[in-house]
Amino acid sequence: MVTAPEDLRNGPGTDDDVRLPGLGPVGWARWAWRRLTSMRTALLLLLLLAVAAVPGSVFPQRRIDPTRVDTYLTDHRSSGPWLDRLGAFDVYASPWFSAVYLLLFVSLVGCIVPRSRLHWRALRARPPAAPRRLERMPAYASALLEPGPDVAPDAVLAAARTALGRRRYRRADDEGSVAAERGRAAETGNLVFHVSLVALLVGIAAGSFLGYSGQVLVVEGETWANSLPRYDSFTPGRAVDADDLPPFTLTLNSLRVRFEDQVGGNQFGAPREFDADLTVTEGAGGTPRHRTMRVNRPLDVGGTRMFLVGNGYAPVFTVTDGEGNEVKSGPVPFLPQDQNYTSNGVLKLPDARPAQLGIQAFLLPTWVRAPDGRPRSIFPDATNPRVVLTAWTGDLGLDDGAAQSVYVLDTSRMTQLRQDGRPFTASLAPGESVRLPDGAGTVRFDGLRRYAALDIRYDPTKFWVLAAAVLALAGLTASLFVRRRRVWVRATPVPDGHDGVRTLVEVAGLSRTEDSRLGDEVRALLDALAGGDGGGGTGPADRPPGARKG
Amino acid sequence: MTTVVVDEQMAQASNVLIYSAMLVYTGALAAFATDLSGRGRVAAAAPDEAHEGLRARELVAAGGASVGAAGAGAGGAGSVGSAGAGSGGGAEGGDGEAPVVRRQAAGIAVSLTWLAFGLHLAGVVARGLSAHRPPWGNMYEFTISGAVVVTGVFLLVLLRNDLRYLGTFVVGPVLLSLGLAITVLYTQSAQLLPALQSVWLVIHVTVAFTASALFTIAFSATVLQLVQDRRERLRAAGRPPRRGRFMDALPVAAELERTAYRLTAVAFPLWTFTVMAGAIWAERSWGRYWNWDPKEVWSFVIWVVYAGYLHARATRGWDGRRAAYLGLAGFACVIFNFAVVNIFFPGLHAYSGVG
Repeated sequence: MVTAPEDLRNGPGTDDDVRLPGLGPVGWARWAWRRLTSMRTALLLLLLLAVAAVPGSVFPQRRIDPTRVDTYLTDHRSSGPWLDRLGAFDVYASPWFSAVYLLLFVSLVGCIVPRSRLHWRALRARPPAAPRRLERMPAYASALLEPGPDVAPDAVLAAARTALGRRRYRRADDEGSVAAERGRAAETGNLVFHVSLVALLVGIAAGSFLGYSGQVLVVEGETWANSLPRYDSFTPGRAVDADDLPPFTLTLNSLRVRFEDQVGGNQFGAPREFDADLTVTEGAGGTPRHRTMRVNRPLDVGGTRMFLVGNGYAPVFTVTDGEGNEVKSGPVPFLPQDQNYTSNGVLKLPDARPAQLGIQAFLLPTWVRAPDGRPRSIFPDATNPRVVLTAWTGDLGLDDGAAQSVYVLDTSRMTQLRQDGRPFTASLAPGESVRLPDGAGTVRFDGLRRYAALDIRYDPTKFWVLAAAVLALAGLTASLFVRRRRVWVRATPVPDGHDGVRTLVEVAGLSRTEDSRLGDEVRALLDALAGGDGGGGTGPADRPPGARKG
Repeated sequence: MTTVVVDEQMAQASNVLIYSAMLVYTGALAAFATDLSGRGRVAAAAPDEAHEGLRARELVAAGGASVGAAGAGAGGAGSVGSAGAGSGGGAEGGDGEAPVVRRQAAGIAVSLTWLAFGLHLAGVVARGLSAHRPPWGNMYEFTISGAVVVTGVFLLVLLRNDLRYLGTFVVGPVLLSLGLAITVLYTQSAQLLPALQSVWLVIHVTVAFTASALFTIAFSATVLQLVQDRRERLRAAGRPPRRGRFMDALPVAAELERTAYRLTAVAFPLWTFTVMAGAIWAERSWGRYWNWDPKEVWSFVIWVVYAGYLHARATRGWDGRRAAYLGLAGFACVIFNFAVVNIFFPGLHAYSGVG
């Protein structure tokens, strides 16, 4: 716990005093529980949690970027599978990571419960009475008041009660002294902080149980309906009924994109603006409404939230096969490969005759011929688009039931078309078409459209998670900055040897936390009681400079 | 949709201001170092005075000025920092026989730092004005803006506590990072990526800067604490250290430790807020408030390590030096998160503009 001394966490002496427990299952269980809930174990678990989180930033993670995981596995044929078995590509769901944080939270609960009980008692208890020798306290000041009006011990103590009340201390009276205490909000804050962390974890877990997320690609001009088969990928929580998604449709009217063309250097071509123009219809037979979505400005529809997370080009193709039949006409989304949107994509044409046809293509939005003769794109916007393609015939492999990526052509049972003894390639500007060799058909590049990649999410607990986090921050701040102090004031009559009676006023303070102003507080209190100059205040003589607590 | 043109002249002015600030920082660094060496003090305390004796007399002097020093901290008493604060933050307060010793060099150093801060801040503002947006859209801008916050926070702390002995160890890193920024990380002024166009950029990044600045200053104090601690142990073992006499002018290890703790205690909730604000922004921008992106992983690691540091201080056997090592580890993570993760780790936070 953040500011608490260890003896509050598990009772005094548990850590240093490693005696063998009384045998028997109960004894062992108690011993294990004490170990687990000790501050030292909590600390080790915290550090272990930090170390365990690191591999997730070093290795690609399956839940974030499965493609990079596959690439890694292909590049590291010997170490990859072992890392996979150890959970290196799924760190945050791995048994060892879960073990660390679950143990940490068990330890946390084991600490919160007894401390809450203690604190509850402390909240209702009176401040402890003044110790006999106040001068032993870490902060101490005293003054001897000469006989006069208002300096009788009772009057001084009454003034002390008022002064302490003004400083928001809780007070209790004893014979000849006043005890006072403040800053219990520090421990309250500490407990709130830790309870909120537990609530945060529960909230996150519940969110992944009740929520879902999915990815969708929508090409300009197309309409998408919210139903399970229309998703490109869909990750439901365990309690989600995927057949019961809120009904709505959306049409992507246009996607406005702007790239940096003012500034040169490495900023040239950096994205500046993505703006999706949509028509959304909620429910069955709702009114279509015009909405815009952009990065940082998601769209809330039917309880879900939609985010614009990516964009790209979908070149429009018309393909006729060797028998003259049109086997494809429409946009095909391509995946951007670099900052200049050099994109690649695949056309699979299982209906083509005499043989199935596959086309692999690159799109270069701003086409130039580089000095080495190879074509490349030098700007992400479509200022001079060209498609460079090659074609394969044979068996696309779609019939054996195995799942295939729409962006990858399985060429294991296909042959590449050749022309003049070399693999066939063609470079097309919009509107141009090319006749494939061997009478395999023709391909026309009709034009270019854009597509928007959307994430659709439903997370019913996110506001609870946020509330828990805000509470945790408030509790943490209180636990770090509220000063926990105890102050005692004692007034003792001292006969001066004549007929007057002087009054010895003593003020002492004790703090459980870092508290550089405790001495000032004690001094100021004495000044208030002794009327400005309090006379000879002294610090405790037996305390060496630089001494530390504990 | 408005196309905003970058103001080239303003960007040039920003560069000139940053160079000027670096020049003045160099002067400030030299002055701080002179002060540490003891040369800048008009009448320095007798150098061969036994260390503990010196401290003991400071205690008396401080105690005379204010009872506060006697009860400072949780039992720790009579330290340079608290004595200075106790006597109203007097510039020359709490330095042994206070009225005699005048730290001229330190005074000059602080004035130069204020001047450099002004130039530096103007340079950062000009950079922002040149592109009509907050000046932290890429790694170069992160670095110059982060550095100006480090200086600013240090100067603010100086207003209340006499931590001038830390000057060398704050201005030095600031100068170093400015040098790196202008040579390695320099990126032309331009507009923001769409993902950065949000009010959360201002909130999230400003607080992250402030927390990192406090972590930086706390780190300097922790390094000095460990050096001082080693010297104290050598002395206790009867082998007084021969080198690094300037350390004698610094507070004792326990006081340095408390300084580091106080700075970290302020930085930690700010870092907590940084992570929370980042999560809120991530939810608006990417749809998930927590995605285990490398930047998020390392922000989490930093949070956990500093949480460990705060717990360690309250754990028997882990306080003092071991907690200090945790503090160092925490700061190493801060630097790693800034320097390595931004540039070399692929992820959603790839805004460095480098390369």
